[in-house]
Amino acid sequence: MATVMIDLKALGGVKAPAGFAERVLAQAGLTDSYSLFETVLGPVYVAWSGQGVSAAMRCPSAGEFEEWFRKEVGRRLVRVEPPARLAARIEDQLSGKRRLEFDLRGLTPFAQAVLLKTLEIRRGEVRPYGWIAREIGHPAAVRAVGTALANNPIPYFIPCHRVVRSDGVIGNYGGGGPEAKRQILTLEGVQLARLQKLAQSGMRYEGIKSTRIFCFPTCYHGRRAREENFVFFHDEAEARAAGYRPCKDCRPAVA
Amino acid sequence: MEGTERAFERLVLEHQDRIYALGLALTGNRHDAEEVAQDTFLRAYRALVTYSPDRVRELKQRAWLHRIAVNVVRNRVRGVRPRLVELNGSEPSPGSGPEEDVLRRAEVDQLAARVACLPPRYREAVVLRHVQELSYAEVADALGQPVGTVKANVHRGLKILRGENHGDGDD
Repeated sequence: MATVMIDLKALGGVKAPAGFAERVLAQAGLTDSYSLFETVLGPVYVAWSGQGVSAAMRCPSAGEFEEWFRKEVGRRLVRVEPPARLAARIEDQLSGKRRLEFDLRGLTPFAQAVLLKTLEIRRGEVRPYGWIAREIGHPAAVRAVGTALANNPIPYFIPCHRVVRSDGVIGNYGGGGPEAKRQILTLEGVQLARLQKLAQSGMRYEGIKSTRIFCFPTCYHGRRAREENFVFFHDEAEARAAGYRPCKDCRPAVA
Repeated sequence: MEGTERAFERLVLEHQDRIYALGLALTGNRHDAEEVAQDTFLRAYRALVTYSPDRVRELKQRAWLHRIAVNVVRNRVRGVRPRLVELNGSEPSPGSGPEEDVLRRAEVDQLAARVACLPPRYREAVVLRHVQELSYAEVADALGQPVGTVKANVHRGLKILRGENHGDGDD
């Protein structure tokens, strides 16, 4: 009789297999994996969970990335070998071919709305901060938009560099300062000199004579027009008075 | 929100061995044991997220997890009998431990398989009482049965395990 009891007790002393806790935490979505990837922007640390890419940062060391991630996102982080498939997807994302899934849990609903809206800005185009604020239904929250973009945990991937000040100042950039922002925008084909010249002369919109539609400078629909076929406007009222309607794609004003 | 995640992390680290052992004793093999234990913690997590901070603080974690695990096993084995034959030594231990560890492991597996052969109501009672060493009151709570029923089931279960005849009109 005693032996059965002792044996049963031994059965209770069994240990969970190695890595069990990590697997459970990963399944519950509480552990992210990360790796260092070589990209067109140089080496970037990228973290992802079951739901998608959760963070990306150019950091001097893995330790600093882990510390930053723990502070900003709050989940555990495990370094793994870079999966080949993800490396290809990252290339596609950065070259604008295909979009990755993102994991934005842990951010406020407002910050999530800002970042999701930012994802809609196409490569080679820029928008002012006020545009994001208006599009997500908080037209007065321009500064809050700036804060949310400054704290973007996935710069480059979620293109916060495509949001610029309407006065033509490039603005600061969490992913490596104004210089980096300038560099990435140039890489994406934005004509910064033209953009800044327009902004400095107070011209916020460009209209195309043939279509009588006005757009944000850099809008896709204005790209093929010749420079002499543009007219420029200070504001919406001026454009409308001249008989122009807002572009339905870049939405410089509510149509 | 963040609080729940940290709390869950601690919960897993603290209870993973006990819940895995419980899974092993209830299912009789290590593969199912890991599945049961994982399922248990994931259900616990889904519940924790919805609990108020007060409720989380007052939670008797051990009893609560045991209750969840028993239900996980009940739900998954419903109608499926654990198979015995292929299990003995079918999964070699990871890494080459010392020989006595391997022997020990085989013994444990064999015992787990024997326990898993008990009819469910005896198995649950015996495992919670003598493998997990919960008190009768805790077992009764985890199984949702009266203490008297639990005591009787433990007694009968042990009798079967010792190889005594279980058809002698005791029931």
